[in-house]
Amino acid sequence: MVIIRIKETVMIETLQKPSLTFVPHEMNIKLEAKNVNAFFGKTQALRNISLSIEKNHVVAIIGPSGCGKSTFLRCLNRMHEVAGGTMNGTILLDGEDIHENDPVNLRRQVGMVFQKANPFPTMSIFDNVAAGLRFNGMAHNGHLAEIVERSLQQAALWNEVKDSLLKSGMSISGGQQQRLCIARALAVNPEVLLMDEPASALDPISTAKIEELIYELKKDYTIVIVTHNMQQAARVSDETAFFYIGELIEFDNTKKIFTAPSIKQTEDYVTGRFG
Amino acid sequence: MERHFQHELESIKTTLIKMGSVVEENFDFAIQSVLEHNSSLAQHVIDTDNRVNSLEIEIDNSVIDLLALQQPVASDLRFIIAAQKINNDLERIGDHAVNIAESTLTLLKYKKPESLLEIPKMSATTKLMLRHALDSFILLDPNMARSVLETDDQIDELNRTMINEVIELLKSEKRSVEIGLELIRISRNLERVADMTTNIAEEVIFHTQARVVKHHAEEK
Repeated sequence: MVIIRIKETVMIETLQKPSLTFVPHEMNIKLEAKNVNAFFGKTQALRNISLSIEKNHVVAIIGPSGCGKSTFLRCLNRMHEVAGGTMNGTILLDGEDIHENDPVNLRRQVGMVFQKANPFPTMSIFDNVAAGLRFNGMAHNGHLAEIVERSLQQAALWNEVKDSLLKSGMSISGGQQQRLCIARALAVNPEVLLMDEPASALDPISTAKIEELIYELKKDYTIVIVTHNMQQAARVSDETAFFYIGELIEFDNTKKIFTAPSIKQTEDYVTGRFG
Repeated sequence: MERHFQHELESIKTTLIKMGSVVEENFDFAIQSVLEHNSSLAQHVIDTDNRVNSLEIEIDNSVIDLLALQQPVASDLRFIIAAQKINNDLERIGDHAVNIAESTLTLLKYKKPESLLEIPKMSATTKLMLRHALDSFILLDPNMARSVLETDDQIDELNRTMINEVIELLKSEKRSVEIGLELIRISRNLERVADMTTNIAEEVIFHTQARVVKHHAEEK
């Protein structure tokens, strides 16, 4: 145990200092992490993460398995605590500390879509989308149908399910279920969408649809997506953050990361030379 | 399902077509400057070359971005590769147009030559080749592209004839050697423009039919 820990320490010390060359305009920052450290018990999963996410941008988080990508994502809406983790440091949403916000309200503002589509199995398509509104006390019957339709349209699913809204949420394909989950997140009018490998369980056509959807959604939302698919990160994101063993190695404009990264380790990762 | 990067592909094509128009016009002006012994046209060609160079850099950057970020395959990949090469060919044609214009400026030191030998015929043929090469790209017409390839030998032959005619002229008349050399230079540049247009045609065939026809590969 001691030997492994020392090895990790040595490896971390030899890493180059993170490059945070992308600096969004102050007025446009939607989410900001400052010196975030996250733990599972005594195990430190994230070390000193600081980055700023611009409004209506898509930020992709890439890195090898176990580097802390999903942990960081879950810190952004305090889901990390639900998983039994702890963190220190500051995360600001529109300049306000998320830890001073009611977590339920925070998770409405900062919605999440998971790797495996998880529609509520006992609910219809309609009720799946309406669920968040009902749970948050936002269901005004007069407008519920309107909101459900709008959310399904935003998720590019309306045309495919409009004639079967009362069917079970499990009766549609995997790709459609994932878009249903996106519609469910959109229904409560979030400001930020967190997506944890949203297409990794989907076929190529469904993946393409999700990617096109992300491209459209960023007009109205700020999106942070964790993906192990570097090509997907290149296709959909404006900025890319490369994580390695719990540290942020480089964060920059996606074009820069995939054409001329500043840090050699990033270059090695995106070219497939390691990880 | 249309992907958003199709718009980026279209954008590259649009910019290439724009570059083609600028280059074609500049080449046309360069020829006219020779035929009409016109200094202002020649200077205009030289001054416009910066615009051609800027467009080349713009397209180069777009191609790099698209390759890095969208990983195009199949016809999209062939298009991007063809676009990159056509971009470089157009820029070279622009350079040759400048060379021709510079020859005009040199020739202006002398009285307008009574005969430009094969230059009028070479110019007309090369101009048509360029037009057809660009049209074949816009229309994605491989047959039109092949017609360009078939014309290149004519220009090569005219260039060889031109050199022989200039040699004979210099032997028979006490004419400025500089004039003769500039005429050969113009002829050589026209021949190189014709070569560039065949490159463009070859790229159109590669893009539309996935066939490599350069260096007479199809005949082997």
